[in-house]
Amino acid sequence: MYHYDDFDRKFLEERVAQYRDQVRRRLAGQLSEDEFRSLRLMNGLYLQLHAYMLRISIPYGTLSSAQLRGLAHVARRWDKGYGHFTTRQNIQYHWIRLEDTPDILAHLATVQLHGIQTSGNSFRNITTDPFAGAAADEIEDPRPYGEIVRQWSALHPEFSFLPRKFKIVLNAAADDRAAVKIHDLGLNLRRNAKGELGFEVLVGGGLGRTPILAQTVRDFIPRREVLAYITACLRVYNQYGRRDNLFKSRIKILVQSLGIEKYRQEVEAEFAAMGAERDELDLPDAVVAAMQAQFAAQAYPDARGDEAELSRALAAEPDFARWVKYNVKPHKATGHAIVVVSLKQPGRITGDCSASQMELLAELADKLSFGEIRITHDQNMVLPHVRKVALYDLWLRLGAAELATPNISLASDIICCPGMDYCSLATARSIPISQALATNLAKREEEIGPLQIKISGCINACGHHHVGHIGILGLEKNGAESYQITVGGSDNAQAALGGIVGPAVAAHEVTATVDRLIDTYLRLRHAGEQFPDTYRRVGLAPFKEALYVAR
Amino acid sequence: MLLDRSGGFRADPWRHLADDETPASGEIVTISFKRWQAEPERWSDRSGPLGLRLPNDVPPASFGPAATRFALIVLNFPRFIDGRAYTQARLLHGRFGFKGELRAGGNVLRDQLLFMVRCGFDSFEVDAERARAEDWPRAFREFDQFYQPAADHRETILRQRLRGWQTAAE
Repeated sequence: MYHYDDFDRKFLEERVAQYRDQVRRRLAGQLSEDEFRSLRLMNGLYLQLHAYMLRISIPYGTLSSAQLRGLAHVARRWDKGYGHFTTRQNIQYHWIRLEDTPDILAHLATVQLHGIQTSGNSFRNITTDPFAGAAADEIEDPRPYGEIVRQWSALHPEFSFLPRKFKIVLNAAADDRAAVKIHDLGLNLRRNAKGELGFEVLVGGGLGRTPILAQTVRDFIPRREVLAYITACLRVYNQYGRRDNLFKSRIKILVQSLGIEKYRQEVEAEFAAMGAERDELDLPDAVVAAMQAQFAAQAYPDARGDEAELSRALAAEPDFARWVKYNVKPHKATGHAIVVVSLKQPGRITGDCSASQMELLAELADKLSFGEIRITHDQNMVLPHVRKVALYDLWLRLGAAELATPNISLASDIICCPGMDYCSLATARSIPISQALATNLAKREEEIGPLQIKISGCINACGHHHVGHIGILGLEKNGAESYQITVGGSDNAQAALGGIVGPAVAAHEVTATVDRLIDTYLRLRHAGEQFPDTYRRVGLAPFKEALYVAR
Repeated sequence: MLLDRSGGFRADPWRHLADDETPASGEIVTISFKRWQAEPERWSDRSGPLGLRLPNDVPPASFGPAATRFALIVLNFPRFIDGRAYTQARLLHGRFGFKGELRAGGNVLRDQLLFMVRCGFDSFEVDAERARAEDWPRAFREFDQFYQPAADHRETILRQRLRGWQTAAE
């Protein structure tokens, strides 16, 4: 875990003081709403349908138990007793009063959390693999680089007023659990032929109304030069990105209109011209090493004898075995496991977590997971370092708090934005659709196997519907909500955008339509194929036909 | 009225010529980029300080080498959310060796001043009444440590830490 030093503490205190003064000036009428809007957004404060929404950054999805308790305290004291974890590994509070926000941010600063740049046209929270530092398949822990980039991007003097928001993602694993290709800029940690560490740099991914997957701009940039190279990428975007049309201002549109070759030329020319600035942005090994020391792996206890005890519990308790099968993932340390805590009990709201649940998870993290918690981009939580011998008791404790639904990566583990129940941008509700689907599919989800359903309540695609195995987009047509359905999308290392299966359907038809698509997949799939594999093999036609015949 | 990076207010000594105006001999004026492009020799030959008003869609790479001809360059923020002039400032200052006065004009607001100073701006066209009422000069001092290297070449937090570790190791 990263712990703030005096520099970081002072910086955040100054930021809170600055924001407190901005709110004071707004309430005193010195700032117009238009002027204040941009300032509050830079601190994560949105005005939504019913109230203000405050989004707090969870850098690279990692929380300490103290931080989670801090988030619980905010939920209890200033909101309605819960928070909502998002697809960007952040948390949102939906019932906030403007006047309270300086105190909320001051409280969060005491646990080293903030809302800086969780909105606005600048760098957003940097995200990564929720299993970072625990996964068996990573080159090394990506979070030290995440913290380095977080600091570099905080209140950047040149890039705080970009054409549009900018999302950076990091991945260091063989698998892609961070959805790299749907980000504005992706950094894949890798080694070159000489064994040196560096990054593949991808640019121009994003969803929204123009979904595009990121392309590689540089195969390998040495680790020392990564900040300079990103600066060059951003400088080209800041100069040439469109500002005349909100919907065409993301970097993906610039890269698409220039073509990746021309964009690359511009970036390389800028990088070559940077001169002394390259030295200022140089990332010395000593800095990386010091940062890595902060995230150093714990001394895991010798847990070789644990397997036998776990086997006995697995044999005796089928429900426990089912939970282990779906929610427990391999850890790099012998006798340890990564536990995914499902926030997707069918019928409940995806990503919502009560203050008591947060406090319970903080307590369990202290006891069983070296005080660490992670947030996943599919809106679950993770206890990353649990000794296998503790799994059974953990399962009991989680179950008592409705946090042990055994459904990770199954049909009821749905990604879903808040939709029209909260969000002023939404064109349709997404929460009730998600609840109905989860309840309906839970019965047969084990038979179906891994299936990612992703739901967005508008074209902005916060629910990542384009990359869902089944994607659902809520639209408004002639005053009624309707839902456009896509199939075959994927957000892993083989990322792909789904294909539209036909005309949008009414809210009451979504469940039956999804059932038919799943039936078609089950009928056509070969052994071992997941939905996108079958889709790649058979194409869109059988899915279209299944819906057409039904009509 | 102008606000300086030092926090002081002063009157603007420059006259900003419209494209159909002719300057008096020896008068301190700025001209538009369009006018400079149309007759660069005429303006280059003029004696005395010359200022330029540069639109924010002119890439420094195309204009930068000419920057040193000017004593003042006014960069424009048509709306405060349009941040192209930050990059222009950074490059004119750092790459093209502009040593004159770099000024921010247009929709300049208090809460962007510190970003602007760090990108190399020296002066700001402001509504003095509002700027005084809201104590804009204090905006320059709201932070005193920074994570990024910038035009002011202040030592970044990262470099300060590194120095601390090296001292501790000795």
